[in-house]
Amino acid sequence: MSQTSVDDLVEARSEYSAGFVTDIESDTLPPGLDEHTVRFISARKGEPQWLTDWRLKAFAHWKTMPEPTWAHVHYPPIDFQEISYYSAPKSQADGPQSLDEVDPELLRTYEKLGIPLHEQAVLAGVVNANMPPAPSMGSNVAVDVVFDSVSIATTFKEKLAEAGVIFCPISEAVHSHPELIQKYLGSVIPQKDNFYAALNSAVFSDGSFVYIPKGVRCPMELSTYFRINERNTGQFERTLIIADAGSHVSYLEGCTAPMRDENQLHAAVVELVALEDAEIKYSTVQNWYPGDENGKGGIYNFVTKRGLCGGARSKISWTQVETGSAITWKYPSVVLRGDDSVGEFYSVALTNNRQQADTGTKMIHMGKNTKSTIVSKGISAGRSENCYRGLVRISPTAENARNFTQCDSLLIGGECGAHTFPYIENKNNSAIIEHEASTSKVSDDQLFACQQRGIDSEKAVGMIVNGFCKEVFRELPMEFAVEAGKLLEVSLEGAVG
Amino acid sequence: MSLLQVTNLHATVGAQDEQKAILKGLNLTVNPGEVHAIMGPNGSGKSTLANVLSGRPGYTVTEGSMHLADADLAELEPHERAQIGLFLAFQYPVEIPGVSNMEFLKASVDSLARARGEDQTNTATFIKHIRQLATSVDLDPQFLKRGVNEGFSGGEKKRNEIMQLLLLEPKLAILDETDSGLDIDALQVVAEGVNRYKSENNGVVLITHYQRLLDYIVPDFVHVLADGKIIQSGDKSLALELEDKGYAWLT
Repeated sequence: MSQTSVDDLVEARSEYSAGFVTDIESDTLPPGLDEHTVRFISARKGEPQWLTDWRLKAFAHWKTMPEPTWAHVHYPPIDFQEISYYSAPKSQADGPQSLDEVDPELLRTYEKLGIPLHEQAVLAGVVNANMPPAPSMGSNVAVDVVFDSVSIATTFKEKLAEAGVIFCPISEAVHSHPELIQKYLGSVIPQKDNFYAALNSAVFSDGSFVYIPKGVRCPMELSTYFRINERNTGQFERTLIIADAGSHVSYLEGCTAPMRDENQLHAAVVELVALEDAEIKYSTVQNWYPGDENGKGGIYNFVTKRGLCGGARSKISWTQVETGSAITWKYPSVVLRGDDSVGEFYSVALTNNRQQADTGTKMIHMGKNTKSTIVSKGISAGRSENCYRGLVRISPTAENARNFTQCDSLLIGGECGAHTFPYIENKNNSAIIEHEASTSKVSDDQLFACQQRGIDSEKAVGMIVNGFCKEVFRELPMEFAVEAGKLLEVSLEGAVG
Repeated sequence: MSLLQVTNLHATVGAQDEQKAILKGLNLTVNPGEVHAIMGPNGSGKSTLANVLSGRPGYTVTEGSMHLADADLAELEPHERAQIGLFLAFQYPVEIPGVSNMEFLKASVDSLARARGEDQTNTATFIKHIRQLATSVDLDPQFLKRGVNEGFSGGEKKRNEIMQLLLLEPKLAILDETDSGLDIDALQVVAEGVNRYKSENNGVVLITHYQRLLDYIVPDFVHVLADGKIIQSGDKSLALELEDKGYAWLT
């Protein structure tokens, strides 16, 4: 974050200083979670009473909920009292002062991904990363990029404002657009939805808010802007995107480079609402720290993502490339309530070493002539466990619903696992549901055939895996499709001898 | 200097505790411009020789040496052996679904160029070149867009191997029973490709069961491999003699 945006934040907060109910001076809460914690967070953000109550309701319910154990993942119990639930934006002094202080291993990965020096600095959390670096820091190219991205950010802001698009932190939207927040927050994922969603509802730190007005086609991929501005978003992120009637937006979350992040548990919530004829395309590239070869460390990524196709002919499309995190637990889903609405889920989940992923989707058909497509590609290497879990539900009201599901698993080496748990619940005889599944293995013969043509084994595995994922990659915004491919190669390092 | 020099080569196959000796003191010298045919009964070690030379995992050299020009093959990884000009046309070409032939071949050509410090071929030039080569071995250029060998017939897979030979122009080409399972038309296409590749600067090792292939690719030397050793060498008339009498009179 640049100096200016930090100042803006400070300023924005001081406006609501009257709302503070406590005079704790520290900006970071000690570990622990009770009602006071929830009140403290809400007060710190100067939230209106209704939101404080909303959080408290979520917290009260969360306390009564058992932690889910049905996923095919294993980890030691999490002590929720050991976590600190509020930490102000990192002060200038906290981060590394220059790229020299950043873990060289991390920089090597950035370099492999072809990320410009300037962005490397931002991603690694280097203080003052938006300042033009000293000439010695990089080539002219990198310096150009620095100047570009600062100006791009400004141009973007103007362009978005012109189109009437609202794109801001959700904590800001609570104040600037309370009517939208009050109407839609929790409308797709209620506070009581599940254990982690309830936790998030009680203690969410911040996240993004997007509103696209009627009939507007968002003039740019929101990704680009996002990439330049977001980092250290915190462990309880909350995102809300509303596409009003006839509007269109494409949003990319995350980053292809591993984020510098100290948080172990991430429990984010993402809600999407598409009204009549609106379309939301939501892409995720997630490469958080996966832990070391022996499964030590790494992020627990327990995320609830759901979209509501509320209006007729609306469309929501999730595309995800998941290569990071020690444990991934997420099922981006679509509720197809509007007639003729369309839900899509395209997923690549790669696990290596000791990583575990339990991921998939839910397509809930309610409207007539609703259509859903699921394409899931799971890649397991090392001693990892990779699991697809999906639900296709056709409600009695969903006349002529249509689903196509394709689940493919690719195994690399002999010690990993791939599992598929497809659930189909059909309550309408007019539905057509198709399910295809395959499991294959990168064989020694394939690797040798590549090597015999001069291609080293690492590159060969990358090529085979990329080929396997093609159908999903072509759903990604173009510039990210290339990076996603490179990312798989980096993530598979050491997967073959 | 000889192109390929194999001296007293001993090799085993299998895991550490149950190794089985296959090559037992094999000698072979191939000079530039020469075609050597290696024949022999089943289980004599013909394919093992191809696999050991190209570095397929699962084989262990226990004694002796093998050099391509001045490079000690035993010290090189399989992809490095390919990069210095060793090519193996596979007996059973493997399918790589999802990776198109075009992509695979470009990656191969680029890797070789990089290893040799040469410039990468421009993609347009490459596509034009590879299309011509495909046509020259009777493969529809549409094949190039499909996954590597995916859904190819046996004959198409073998012609694909020959197309790769013509594309990569290696120093030494080892053809491991490329003729097996081919009808006479495909056999002629394959032979024609090998003859086109052949020059005074490179060498060919033909591993085959049948004399038939040698009607089309004329060898300078014919060797008989039995029980891991070359037990008889001669010119092309030896192949005819084997066709007549079988291997029993030699072993």
